[in-house]
Amino acid sequence: MTKQRAAVLGTGQTHHKAKRLDVSMAGLCREAIDRAMLDAQVDWKDIDAVVIGKAPDLFEGVMMPELYLADALGAVGKPLLRVHTAGSVGGATAIVASSLVQAGVHERVLAVAWEKQSESNAMWALSIPVPFNMPVGAGAGGYFAPHVRSYIRRSGAPQHIGSLVAVKDRRNGAKNPFAHLHQPDITLEQVQASQMLWDPIRYDETCPSSDGAAAIVIGSENAAAACSNPGWIHATAMRSEPTTFAGRDQVNPQAGRDAAASLWKQAGITDPLEQIDAAEIYVPFSWFEPMWLENLGFAAEGEGWKLTEAGETEIGGKLPVNASGGVLSSNPIGASGMLRFLEAARQVMGRADEHQVDGARTAMGHAYGGGSQFYSMWVVGAAKPE
Amino acid sequence: MADVAVVAFAQAPQERHSSGTTNGVEALVPVFEQLYASTGLTNRDIGFWCSGSSDYLSGRAFSFISALDAIGTFPPIAESHVEADGAWALYEAWLKVKMGEVDTALAYGFGKSSAGLLRRTLALQLDPYTVAPLWPDSISIAGLQARLGLDAGLWTERDMAEVAVRSRRNAETNPNAQLQGSKDVDELLAEPYFADPLRKHDCAPVTDGAAAIVLASVERAREFTENPAVITGIAHRIESSHLGGRDLTSSPSTSAAGAAAGLDGARFDVAELHAPFSHQELILRSALGLDGAVRINPSGGPLAGNPMFAGGLTRIGEAANRILSGEAGRALAHATSGPALQQNLVCVMEAAR
Amino acid sequence: MTATQSPSTPLSAPIELSFDYTRSLGPTLSAFMTGLAERRIVGARASDGRVFVPPAEFDPVTAQPLTDMVDVADEGSVVSWTWVPEALPGQPFDRPFAWALILLDGADTPLLHAVDVPSADAMSTGMRVRARWTDSRVGNMNDIACFVPADGTAAPSTATPGRVEPVEMITTPVQLTVQHSASIEETNYLKALEQGRLVGQRCPVCEKVYIPPRSACPTDGVPPGEYVDLPDRGVVTTFCIVNVPFLGQKIKPPYVAAYVLLDGADIPFLHLILGCEAAEVRMGMRVEAAWRPREEWGPTLQNIEYFRPTGEPDADYDSYKEHL
Repeated sequence: MTKQRAAVLGTGQTHHKAKRLDVSMAGLCREAIDRAMLDAQVDWKDIDAVVIGKAPDLFEGVMMPELYLADALGAVGKPLLRVHTAGSVGGATAIVASSLVQAGVHERVLAVAWEKQSESNAMWALSIPVPFNMPVGAGAGGYFAPHVRSYIRRSGAPQHIGSLVAVKDRRNGAKNPFAHLHQPDITLEQVQASQMLWDPIRYDETCPSSDGAAAIVIGSENAAAACSNPGWIHATAMRSEPTTFAGRDQVNPQAGRDAAASLWKQAGITDPLEQIDAAEIYVPFSWFEPMWLENLGFAAEGEGWKLTEAGETEIGGKLPVNASGGVLSSNPIGASGMLRFLEAARQVMGRADEHQVDGARTAMGHAYGGGSQFYSMWVVGAAKPE
Repeated sequence: MADVAVVAFAQAPQERHSSGTTNGVEALVPVFEQLYASTGLTNRDIGFWCSGSSDYLSGRAFSFISALDAIGTFPPIAESHVEADGAWALYEAWLKVKMGEVDTALAYGFGKSSAGLLRRTLALQLDPYTVAPLWPDSISIAGLQARLGLDAGLWTERDMAEVAVRSRRNAETNPNAQLQGSKDVDELLAEPYFADPLRKHDCAPVTDGAAAIVLASVERAREFTENPAVITGIAHRIESSHLGGRDLTSSPSTSAAGAAAGLDGARFDVAELHAPFSHQELILRSALGLDGAVRINPSGGPLAGNPMFAGGLTRIGEAANRILSGEAGRALAHATSGPALQQNLVCVMEAAR
Repeated sequence: MTATQSPSTPLSAPIELSFDYTRSLGPTLSAFMTGLAERRIVGARASDGRVFVPPAEFDPVTAQPLTDMVDVADEGSVVSWTWVPEALPGQPFDRPFAWALILLDGADTPLLHAVDVPSADAMSTGMRVRARWTDSRVGNMNDIACFVPADGTAAPSTATPGRVEPVEMITTPVQLTVQHSASIEETNYLKALEQGRLVGQRCPVCEKVYIPPRSACPTDGVPPGEYVDLPDRGVVTTFCIVNVPFLGQKIKPPYVAAYVLLDGADIPFLHLILGCEAAEVRMGMRVEAAWRPREEWGPTLQNIEYFRPTGEPDADYDSYKEHL
């Protein structure tokens, strides 16, 4: 009654930009899909099913846009399933695609995640006045900034940690031709001099708003046999908790800790810091790097910032985090989680090009959404799981 | 891989206007309570949760999040959401049980259709460049489809009215149905057109509602019910988005899903079909090869109440209920999504041996 | 009203969704929209030889991009139709009209559009119709105002066809109204606020006091229990200083958005802190409500304009650390 093995056969993504005015929504998705299918060396006849994810439909003004996208997704006559789990959706989409293979239902499944933010304005879509709810007028970062302050208070982290993460991720992003932002020469001083938007969060410590898409082809053990270096899926996990409840730990949410514990157990990992070679962690505001390092068990509570400060999360450090540049370099919301999952896979497949972490054999991808309440994660490896 | 069974189904009363919020909590709490009572499970015992709902129905982004309050979501749960009818949430939940990750799962769907002008909102499902800007409403799209079949001699207005009469008379035994009872066919055919060639009786009503199903591995299913409804096949397929490029008088995606679900000319005691328009039931019956021997929509079906985003899941639940109650040995359920039957799911269930 | 009275009906109000979506087109749709602006209708030839109108961007069978564009006529035959006795907002007419699937001459798939006739009696399957073009065409579906019965004569030209700049974007307004309802619990809370009172509810299982009250306890999934009156003072658990201006902002930055935990409540809510310099706000600071003038009160937390320091000593970190 054990599940079947599954592996990433190929990945693809768009060139992420603030406005991709050269393509339609369908064209945007296809740019990522065509690259993934080329990378996986598969044709449409090889794809048994399509799983697609994106954030709220209001962003593009299309109700269940996958219905309109069916032809572009090559899904006509096939199963097409739409996932929506807020910001974690890109990861959740990859996990559902994995499940279709692990449950023995399909041989090869195409997972796609996308967002075309330039069709509207995410700030508008997220701040439509809901009757009887008082808008506090804090803006996009206003929700997360108080929790960052709580983290700083709890951990005693020095003020420059957030800026260090921003410098690292933007420099990493400069090595990734698909990244939205390319800032190879950015310095700590520049980040610290950028405007304090939502104190304690600075402008350069926030993610951009991007159009973009990501795609992953996931296959069975049989399908992977034809692939020179598949990225084996060793573990997947999803957990959710309410946005708010009495006594909720907003800095180190239990759902994230539970998902990570399940993930490491499934993957046979007892010391994540030692055993994970590269991590792609969903960090839309730079301070979330140390927060998630603790939440995921890479560091003890209150100690995550020390890994960042010591340079251990840089490429070449003990645990390279977001070698691709991460969400801080590209943020097509619905696709951002899948980008984390596929960048982790690229690392263990040895296909991460300029941002390859030498010798990466085991990597983790992570996404979260809502008010830090929805989590999806996976561990992928170069070796076939036992 | 594990075999999976439906072990319990519950639904909220189907209403034209519920007084509840669009986040579904008020409707879902009593539905979950019914499921806990019938299975002996608690919210802590469910291995995986999956919901289906729509932001556009509630008019705001991330509208599914508040529904989690109905579960009681701390300690954290394994959970997912599809922007589709709850039938597709059930599909994702079925995967998790089938692959052996969990041995129980709960799928639910909810929607408050009355909060907006449903048929106009559904225009936003059409091609956003060349069709949706004209705002063709869902009833008009169905009207175009109905006339194609009438003109081709595939069905008559009388055939359509007969579907409506049977549906709403069947609903007389369904305490949750929104519409119960019907005039006879000749009286209905004397009514004016609503969207020529459709009359009111040809269209599902606008319904607020919620529904939920508990799945379990076959190994555990008898802990929760005497007669589990074992899912022997479940599959879904989608068609092209180009309305003009499709043969709207047939449903190849339903036929393909049925074949993949193992239909294979098998006999059924009962079939619950998610046809929001009378002529669509005729299309589905043909696509699935169902003849007069099968009881169609004994619950009354969508023409007696069609809670958006729970309506397909309700069909699976109503079909499963006939097995859970011991009155049927083999049941078929169908769910649809998208304009003019674009996407279809078929689920085949049998009484456990 | 006492805290335990139930409201007769939940409060309800509309959400207005209105946005002009900007859609970039890509090559295939751009050719179609540019054609419309030039008073031409173009389709795309698919792998099975069929000419799709409007053009399919991707082949329904092979999924390959379609770029073989084909001009078709602006006249054709009705394949199917339905009658709209009462038009909906956004539709081509505000009076009765027909929708039709129209197979244009030269096309293999019918186009969906409106037909302008006085009554359903004027519609029939197979009837010939032709496009009525608008005078000021911009390159979108509304460049065809509608179709009208073709009487066999040539279409009157209302404007000279001519080449235009390629159309690469369209703007699509989406306006919807959705009626939002507060829950019974939220309604009680809002009606109490209208009278200057803060009312929470205690979960019968975990005994935590929620403000605003919820329809079900988020940790226990059960409906809430007794109502609890709460004072209008409490502690700042954490906060941020908003320095950034943005659309719709009501206060000039910098200002403080803070989580305020009322005394006796078990969950903080986000509110404004004014009445001191932003830099003086601290975690643990004691604050009280600054209410708007009574005549401005409504069923909303906005009756409290902001919270301001009480001047009491700060709360111990340990007393609120469980709420971060």
